[in-house]
Amino acid sequence: MNNGLALERPDPVWEADELAVHWPRAAGERRVDSAAETTPLTVLAAVPSAPLLEVRDLVITYENQNTGELTEAVSHVSLNIQAGEFVTIVGLSGCGKSSFLNAVAGLVKPASGTMKVAGKRIDGPGPDRSVVFQKATLLPWRTVMDNIIYGLELRGVPKPIARERAESCIDLVRLRGFEHFHPHALSGGMQQRVNLARALVTEPQLLLLDEPFAALDAITRETMQNELLSIWNVTRKTVLMVTHQIDEAVLLSDRVIVFSDRPARIGTEFKINLPRPRTQEARYSPAFDYLAKEVFGVIHSSASKREEPEYVI
Amino acid sequence: MSSDARRFRARKFRENLFSLGLSGGVFVLLFATWEFVARAHLVDPMFSSSPSQVLLTGWELINNGTLLKHVLASGKVFLTGFGLAVILGIPIGVALGWFKWFNRAFSPLVSAFYTMPRIALMPLFIIWFGLGMGSKVALILLSAIFPLIVNMQVAMQNIDADYKRVGIAYGANQWQLFSTVALPSSIPFLLTGLRLAMGRGLLGVVAAEVFGGAEGLGYMIQYAGATFQIDVVFVGVVVIATIGVIMDRSLAYASRRVDSWKITET
Repeated sequence: MNNGLALERPDPVWEADELAVHWPRAAGERRVDSAAETTPLTVLAAVPSAPLLEVRDLVITYENQNTGELTEAVSHVSLNIQAGEFVTIVGLSGCGKSSFLNAVAGLVKPASGTMKVAGKRIDGPGPDRSVVFQKATLLPWRTVMDNIIYGLELRGVPKPIARERAESCIDLVRLRGFEHFHPHALSGGMQQRVNLARALVTEPQLLLLDEPFAALDAITRETMQNELLSIWNVTRKTVLMVTHQIDEAVLLSDRVIVFSDRPARIGTEFKINLPRPRTQEARYSPAFDYLAKEVFGVIHSSASKREEPEYVI
Repeated sequence: MSSDARRFRARKFRENLFSLGLSGGVFVLLFATWEFVARAHLVDPMFSSSPSQVLLTGWELINNGTLLKHVLASGKVFLTGFGLAVILGIPIGVALGWFKWFNRAFSPLVSAFYTMPRIALMPLFIIWFGLGMGSKVALILLSAIFPLIVNMQVAMQNIDADYKRVGIAYGANQWQLFSTVALPSSIPFLLTGLRLAMGRGLLGVVAAEVFGGAEGLGYMIQYAGATFQIDVVFVGVVVIATIGVIMDRSLAYASRRVDSWKITET
């Protein structure tokens, strides 16, 4: 199963060429940041053991639309994710974890810091990453199939070829037979499957999940977690997920990272050593309980620092 | 089909039939009263005409080709003006809604024209474009274009931000965002705009032809009124109303068809 992983990793030499082509444009557009200046050029030659996602000293600020006041949402976060790893960030609602994910997706421009996927600098959205949004946000005028191939279509893949490539994804997320439905005819869980398939079909190196099951009811959520576990078993994608469900984080991940309350900083990191492949059965092991309690403890301590604690479990 | 579904459809059919009979009954009653009042000389038939007289005159106008001549003349003017409004109005509205700077530059101008009664410009148009087709087309164009501009502008400004975000996340450029997100989601607005524009355009035709010229339904009505041919006036009114209803219904039908993605597919 792990040889799928080897296939996904690009040749490092080719990577360096790619960088050489894009570097001047990327450097010109960005504001001066100290990390990039002090980083020696050797970083350009990515070595195979380098992490797939490399985030260094990331700062994200938001401007208040009325006053122009700047608020820090993410403060000097550094994070590495190895290829094939499933990493989840948990934290209170509004702690800045979604901002972090959006920055990695290229949807939010950070104030400073560097982000690289497979050695390639993140400068906006790219084909190496796909996002599964919390809301399915399927285009209502497109059928399930046409929603799934949307990303491929935008990249100029001809429709018949895109449809062919989507076939295996449709089986993977169990949407066979629903290809010609419109999103309105689907349940929330089904819509989220389409959302997932749309992300998988572009074959990203890094899959970004933004609270993907938060809007689903408890039972559908569990089903979707099972699906995600089995999909991950097949694809071994590198995943960065954001959630506020502690049990979900522990169940799915290799590593759980707790973000401190706003502005987000890396709080505590937990290695989840539960055996793979996992199922919902993993919930009943004492190790699961122990880890969930530990994570909860760390989150709770950051919650109690809030002046108006609104996070009650 | 299950027996439940059959019963349901039968009930729906009866309900539809009943409402059709109801609205038809109102018309019949109205015309019967009119006919009676005219025949009993309760009002002067010279001023009121009567349904039977209108029908007779209508038949005559159809047979001698007068009606067709006027309908074609009006139709030509309408289609030219309406067509130009569609060709110009949609891109202008899209640009106003899509480009912020364009909106800032031209929005006040559009508002100024939007609120102005177009018929007030007719004397100017006659001076500029003559009494023929030019001035009429100009009036129709100016009447029909604004609903299209405003609706397309609103459509562009109301694109769901989440859909845009999906497009951006999957690497859409500006053109792709426009063609895969903005355009499809603007179709309902476009159809509303077309319906409104059509109504305004129809008003424009009649107004322009009443104002001046020598052919068209508006001219026919105006001339008939001036010469006390009340039945001819009514024929003109009925023809215009019928054309309007047919066009409006077909656009309404088109809207429902286009919105079919909102309906569950089986």
